[in-house]
Amino acid sequence: MKRTSILLITCLFIFASLLVLPGCKQDKVVLNIYNWGEYIDPELLEKFEKETGIKINLDLFETNEHMLAKLETGGTQYDVIFPSDYVIEEMIKKDLLAKIDFSNIPNFRYVGDRFKNLNYDPTNEYSVPYFWGTVGIMYNTEMVDEEVDSWDILWKEKYAGKILMLDSMRDTIGVALKKLGYSVNETDPGRLEEAKQLLIQQRPLVNGYYVDEIKDMMINGDAAIAVNWSGAAMDIYWEGIENIRFVVPKEGSNLWFDCMVIPKTSQHKKEAEMFINFMLDPENAYQNSLYVGYVSPVTEAFERLMQENPEVADMDAYNPSEEVLDKCEVFIDLGDNRPLYNRIWTEIKVQ
Amino acid sequence: MKNRARILAYPYIVWMIIFIVVPLLLVLFYSVTEGNINDPSSLSFSLKSYTRVFDIMYLNVIWKSFKLAIISTLFCLILGYPVALIISTVKARYKNIVLMFFLVPIWMNFLLRTYAWMSILSPNGFINRLLTFLGLPPLQIMPGQTAVILGMIYNFLPFMVLPIYTVLSKIDKSVLEAAMDLGANKIVTFIKVILPLTVPGIISGITMVFMPAVSTFVISQLLGGGKELLIGNLIEQQFTVQRDWHFGSALSIILMIMILISMAIMSKVEKDDGNGGAPIW
Amino acid sequence: MVKFLKRFYLTLIFIFLYAPILVLIVFSFNESKSRGYWGGFTLKWYVELFRDRDILKALYYTFLVALLSSIISTVIGTFSAIGIHNMGLFTKKMALNINYLPVLNPDIVTGIALMTLFVSLNMRLGFMTMLISHTVFNIPYVILSVLPKLKQMDKNMTEAALDLGATPSYALRKVIIPQIMPGVITGALIAFTLSIDDFVISFFTTGSGVTNLSILVYSMAKRGVKPSINALTTLMLLTVVILLLLINKRTTKGDELIP
Repeated sequence: MKRTSILLITCLFIFASLLVLPGCKQDKVVLNIYNWGEYIDPELLEKFEKETGIKINLDLFETNEHMLAKLETGGTQYDVIFPSDYVIEEMIKKDLLAKIDFSNIPNFRYVGDRFKNLNYDPTNEYSVPYFWGTVGIMYNTEMVDEEVDSWDILWKEKYAGKILMLDSMRDTIGVALKKLGYSVNETDPGRLEEAKQLLIQQRPLVNGYYVDEIKDMMINGDAAIAVNWSGAAMDIYWEGIENIRFVVPKEGSNLWFDCMVIPKTSQHKKEAEMFINFMLDPENAYQNSLYVGYVSPVTEAFERLMQENPEVADMDAYNPSEEVLDKCEVFIDLGDNRPLYNRIWTEIKVQ
Repeated sequence: MKNRARILAYPYIVWMIIFIVVPLLLVLFYSVTEGNINDPSSLSFSLKSYTRVFDIMYLNVIWKSFKLAIISTLFCLILGYPVALIISTVKARYKNIVLMFFLVPIWMNFLLRTYAWMSILSPNGFINRLLTFLGLPPLQIMPGQTAVILGMIYNFLPFMVLPIYTVLSKIDKSVLEAAMDLGANKIVTFIKVILPLTVPGIISGITMVFMPAVSTFVISQLLGGGKELLIGNLIEQQFTVQRDWHFGSALSIILMIMILISMAIMSKVEKDDGNGGAPIW
Repeated sequence: MVKFLKRFYLTLIFIFLYAPILVLIVFSFNESKSRGYWGGFTLKWYVELFRDRDILKALYYTFLVALLSSIISTVIGTFSAIGIHNMGLFTKKMALNINYLPVLNPDIVTGIALMTLFVSLNMRLGFMTMLISHTVFNIPYVILSVLPKLKQMDKNMTEAALDLGATPSYALRKVIIPQIMPGVITGALIAFTLSIDDFVISFFTTGSGVTNLSILVYSMAKRGVKPSINALTTLMLLTVVILLLLINKRTTKGDELIP
């Protein structure tokens, strides 16, 4: 009995130490990346690791709000983050970002000029464009036999239980605001109240509020219409599925830009800049755009995909026309009005 | 020897203060302050977070959580008690195997079990495919409240059965025989003898089901489609999305107090019944 | 007739409990990714499982944390239980009440409280914080298992040993611990099980890429599950059944299956 217990404990210790040892070789530089789900080609990460010897740790978040909350909690150390426009505005105001040394990012010249010096980062010192797109309606042509051109379709009884909305505060409240003809950055409490009532009215028809689940649910035919970001529809298209279409409604919508930023707390700024430079290489940007589905701000990658697939030039999801873009607005930081939006969003979710 | 032995516990007392008492005090502290949590100097005393909870909207959430938890607990009790009874009457040879197979789902990861349920309940999942195949109309229960309740029952049923079974298996057989000898038939024996003796087990089971059911956020998140917000979801959101630590802390303290009160009520019931149920006649 | 009803009802309940898991297992062999169509038999998801870095990493951390925290909590818990057992009435009550807080509290409150502590101390959320958190909620269960055994223990034996010249530590090793060993082992097992299964507390106290199985499945359930998770479910079920069969063989009387 004594011998067996000693043997058992020794085995346990050996087993435990074998488990712990692999975690001990921490000499290589590790880059901690915080990104949206399914938003970067894993092959590119491997390629980067092979080319530079820098290991990459990828953490995922669902929405900007999740990401900001995690950052504010503290106790994290990320080197590259992928926030959206209005969030970058807030992060700059709160002095959370490091100024990027563009001499380390020569590939920045490949980025189209219309993506530089945008309103959220006017001097373009803190962010590097990554993907851009719109918010619109994704629908299944086999389940929807009418023309889809307005946000109104999301409030139609005949699609009850087959409508998916985004579990993202700004995007969903933005949809209601646009349907009412207001701005997506509306701060007037009366108008926001109207939007809230509209969304509460819609609730019984909504299957659920999701983010990443929407893609699978649409492909499986679990739902007929969904609000989603443009690239998600392109992603489905690149997978060869023909019956899911995307359109930006005539009332207008949201135009967004996701960028790469480096938080001030990063300990590996040079390596982070190396990574950003790597992602801007036209070959890599092309591969990434094809895998993720979203549209790259790197002109060469954007045009190459269009040349190889001429039909996407007419798609709202890939190449929205000037007409469409004119009716779209970029989110701006709500600042002190955020609690108002928070409260409305909670009231809608809690019914 | 006794005094020397006490020293063995002192390190743990320190540990408990650091990791059990202090964290709860911190949560209490955040619940009664407002301001930026990253900037301690901006914090000021305020009961705003608590008064905010009294908004009808949040009271509804609390009520919904209790409602769903009570329904699930009741179903677990109604479905689970017979199971415990039946297993306890199984022949000794098979009893262990049956019990073991009953325990297997508990040992499987809780998230995996919930995900499994998601899989078969989804609009194009297994159950609906089966129904369509049989020519029946498909079920529309997921996502929704019914799915959440089903998920709770599914996850927590074994936790109701186990305590009841444990108590049942400890009942002295001779007591049952005595009752029968005195002329009681099976039903009367059950109501007057077995049931009262199993009350501690029932209380245990109710506690082990009700508490996680009322505070869950996983089941309501995955099976509710973001539409069924329970108090657990509300708390989780304050910390992961809304960045309102003060409100989240207040909600946590309220949840904690409600649970402690429920448990106090439970143990009172147990005490009262313990005195009344012990003498059989 | 009654016997038939009993068997029927029990079978129904078992079907209810196992159906979802069995469906997952069947679909783990499904060629097609879909949850509704059968595309043909394949073992590719099992191969995929062993090549998936995320899943393997999550499994690694799950087991590592469970093993370490159950060992640590068993050691601390056992000694603390002995210490508490020998305390005066008032201090004993106080200590036990605080000790049982993590057991009584819903895990979301414990998780948030611990996260708040770590953040206030400016600690980086990651492996250490997850390990500490698991230990915090494991120790009370160890104490819960060991204390009854201590109470059942024959006090006279310890005194006799001391009278016969044993040093306190010798008495501890040779007299006390062997008597409470069943409680210690049960406590260790409970700690291990709770750790493996934990979601909420880990969710709030981890970071820096450290995840466990539950957190992985949760994010997958929201993101679109990889079919390799079905394969994982099958393997888990097999492991659990084999383990329980082994344990069953060891407990011959069959009454200690539930402590």
